[in-house]
Amino acid sequence: MEGWDPNTKSTLTQIPLLATKAGPRDGATWTQRLKEEYKALIAYTQMNKSNDNDWFRISAANPEGTRWTGKCWYVHNLLKYEFDLQFDIPVTYPSTAPEIELPQLDGKTQKMYRGGKICLTVHFKPLWAKNCPRFGIAHALCLGLAPWLAAEIPILVDSGMIKHKDDATSSTDS
Amino acid sequence: MQGIGGVAAEMLTRCGIGRLLLYDYDKVGMTKTDAAVQTLSDINPDVVLESYTLNITTVHGFETFISSLKNKSFHPTEEGSGVDLVLSCVDNYEARMAVNQACNELNQTWMESDAVSGHRRLLIPGETACFACAPPLVVASGVDERTLKRRGFVQHLCLPQCTKYTEALAQFGHVSPYLQGCNSLKDYFPTMEMRPNPQCSHAVCLERQKEYLLAKPARDAAAKTKMEAESFLATGIPLHADNEWNIRRVTAADTTTTTIDDLEELTKQLDALNA
Repeated sequence: MEGWDPNTKSTLTQIPLLATKAGPRDGATWTQRLKEEYKALIAYTQMNKSNDNDWFRISAANPEGTRWTGKCWYVHNLLKYEFDLQFDIPVTYPSTAPEIELPQLDGKTQKMYRGGKICLTVHFKPLWAKNCPRFGIAHALCLGLAPWLAAEIPILVDSGMIKHKDDATSSTDS
Repeated sequence: MQGIGGVAAEMLTRCGIGRLLLYDYDKVGMTKTDAAVQTLSDINPDVVLESYTLNITTVHGFETFISSLKNKSFHPTEEGSGVDLVLSCVDNYEARMAVNQACNELNQTWMESDAVSGHRRLLIPGETACFACAPPLVVASGVDERTLKRRGFVQHLCLPQCTKYTEALAQFGHVSPYLQGCNSLKDYFPTMEMRPNPQCSHAVCLERQKEYLLAKPARDAAAKTKMEAESFLATGIPLHADNEWNIRRVTAADTTTTTIDDLEELTKQLDALNA
């Protein structure tokens, strides 16, 4: 795992790993996988809250668990910036990682594909491939979205591409 | 419908292919596939063109993709799926994996090309390596394939292979299974074969490999009969065509477990944390 931030590494090792290799078209085994996904997400969220680093909300947008939506936020210069997030579970999951999208930032940064899909570092895909199927949605958030926010949001804010909302969410907890 | 796909579609249309199905999720004002259909039908109005705007990596898009390939209304009496060949001209790993999954499930021969390495290959489920059998260099070495610049050359290689393949259905020419690239300084086109990986991560690929092996006696017998036929034809002695049978392993039904309650509880737990 060379090239990763040490915080990311240590957080990642504490997120429970998944065991079932199943994609969204695999019926009962997909349901088993979904349960493991939930357990990992619950553990990760609880860990974040206890570390005072609560940075996302996520829930399944359909009962099959093939589409997920939520919010993520990043604090820069004492201001909290919040963004909607969404993604579909690809049909060849978990061999292929989900492509996380932040539609509000579409077109604002070079590190993003059309439609708001975040562009991940060169380290992400090999690591995901090597650890398939043990990594899940929680790991994709930890390894993919979190470093992306840390790298991109400060630049976007400082260059004026995004502005803080006046009805700031920084004073309330969620 | 871009560097490789656009040119391949145009050339196939000019060659008078019977039916072309075009898939892309992108737009240039109108959808790219609709734009392509307009242009291509001007070039050759006799080609049946079908346009699909969808993202094949989502579950919904994938199901539509598969059912469109299965649709046999064009040639209802032909064996196999509704198409003779699938050409993958995508630029990302996720889409290639989705095409691989679909073609493995449908036992569909397809061709995959990649402008990063400049290669083109033919994939026959069970007979050659599938896309998941060996992880591509791009994922292993971490190069971001979207940063590539040299895109233009591969369509010129892909198209003749594809045309040869369609002619190969009429037994014309030899389609090399894996064209690694082109060393133009020496006029050298390295080619090779890739056998399937018996530990491929795709269960469907493993099934196809088994079917291929089980069908080997039939294939050998058919090849032998063909050789004998060629020598007997002159004398007019009647022959019996071998019946090729397809032995399929019946997959065990998934055991249904009562997971609904568990899943609901877990969902509620996550929602509670979300509140």
